[in-house]
Amino acid sequence: MNAPKTELPELNNEEIGRYSRHLILPNVGMEGQRKLKGASVLCVGTGGLGSPLALYLAAAGVGRIGLVDFDVVDASNLQRQIIHGTSWVGKSKVESAKARIADLNPNVQVDVYEEPLTSDNALAIVEPYDVIVDGTDNFPTRYLVNDACVLLGKPNVYGSIFRFEGQASVFNHEGGPCYRCLYEEPPPPGLVPSCAEGGVLGILPGIIGVIQATEIVKIILGVGETLSGRLMLYDALGMNFRQLKLRKNPKCVICGPNPTVTELIDYNQFCGVPSMDEGARPTDVSQTDEGFARLSVKDIKAKLDAGWAPFVLDVRKPHEADIVKLDFADLLVAHEDVAAHLAEIPKDRDILVHCKMGGRSAKASKVLADAGYGSVTNMEGGITGWANEIDPSLPTY
Amino acid sequence: MSVSVMIPTALRSYAEGNASITCSGSTVGEALASLTEQHPGLAKHLRTADGKLRSFVNVYLGEEDIRYMDGEATPVAEGATLTIVPSIAGGAR
Repeated sequence: MNAPKTELPELNNEEIGRYSRHLILPNVGMEGQRKLKGASVLCVGTGGLGSPLALYLAAAGVGRIGLVDFDVVDASNLQRQIIHGTSWVGKSKVESAKARIADLNPNVQVDVYEEPLTSDNALAIVEPYDVIVDGTDNFPTRYLVNDACVLLGKPNVYGSIFRFEGQASVFNHEGGPCYRCLYEEPPPPGLVPSCAEGGVLGILPGIIGVIQATEIVKIILGVGETLSGRLMLYDALGMNFRQLKLRKNPKCVICGPNPTVTELIDYNQFCGVPSMDEGARPTDVSQTDEGFARLSVKDIKAKLDAGWAPFVLDVRKPHEADIVKLDFADLLVAHEDVAAHLAEIPKDRDILVHCKMGGRSAKASKVLADAGYGSVTNMEGGITGWANEIDPSLPTY
Repeated sequence: MSVSVMIPTALRSYAEGNASITCSGSTVGEALASLTEQHPGLAKHLRTADGKLRSFVNVYLGEEDIRYMDGEATPVAEGATLTIVPSIAGGAR
């Protein structure tokens, strides 16, 4: 992967001063620092994981960093996405990250890709980089990153977080296992809550992202032992690290000896989700064969204004209702407990179900439909959508 | 045999918040059966409708993935640790 020593870029005097603690460090030294300068890393996602790792890679002197993200900075990101600042709320994440990196280390070339990574663009975006780092937040993009890395022969530095717990590994490196060797298939949508619905300790992605950055630097330098073939588990509450052995799955559909996946596929379909490319923005789907209706917050507002008076069921947890609730909600029951509270939900009225973003309420709507409720409507986008589009006086979380 | 089963954060709400559950059994499968007997809410997260372990849930005996041992028939020793490691996706948002 690394260019021969003679082709490595030289350091100027400013860089020699800047990187002096590396230059005097055995295993890095002048040659290692020149390897870092000659290296390129593609960072998919500039959120919780991408923020700390991109900062450290830039500080360490990685010569070229690509950033892929189509999102804008939201106030709720700042609890953990430390590359972004308050003055950037509402603005492009990749531009925010680029500006911060330019301030930290102007020697770094930053390439921005302000678009979702898709099956159509992934190979072209990934191809020019030496190392790819997965800091995404959803299963379709994780499988896409994995498959693009396997098809192009690039190491995939993996990190993932949930609440107080993180995982990290290095995939597809020097003949080691890939992400599909670890997990052949994603969970069905909705079974595992996202960070947006499940919460995450703000410091957690710092730990996992910095582990990813460490592995990237080791791969570039060719020193130490990477996490290839190992899965690192971190539990912030117990404050312990554990490692498990990862093996290459001989039946792996992409990196095994008889691959059946030989090109990029439709990852949303593979993961059973409607298009996530645009951040899972809900579409207006009226009656479906699910047995309940899905309506946008705007359509719901219009119906309410026209006199619709449904029974409004909030299926979030009590601690979420403590933050914000709709003043016209009738009942609060956590979505997994709805089946046990049917006696409190009238059968002779229309039922409007909401949660934070629409995922859990869709599951609860299905439970109600299956229990014989004939007119159930899911609020697509949830109370967050309501706050954003209908009632800006409500806080979002 | 008494076996500790480590419960990941994502599934703790189905195990009364416990990080570790003591189970009994002489194989991985028996220990998991003991687990879901104690906490029936875990069952649908661990197994498909036809009873197979879900493909996004890996089970490790010590540091080893049971898929590369004898699966659920793998014998467990007294005091062994089983770790459930589900697929998690968070990172950006």
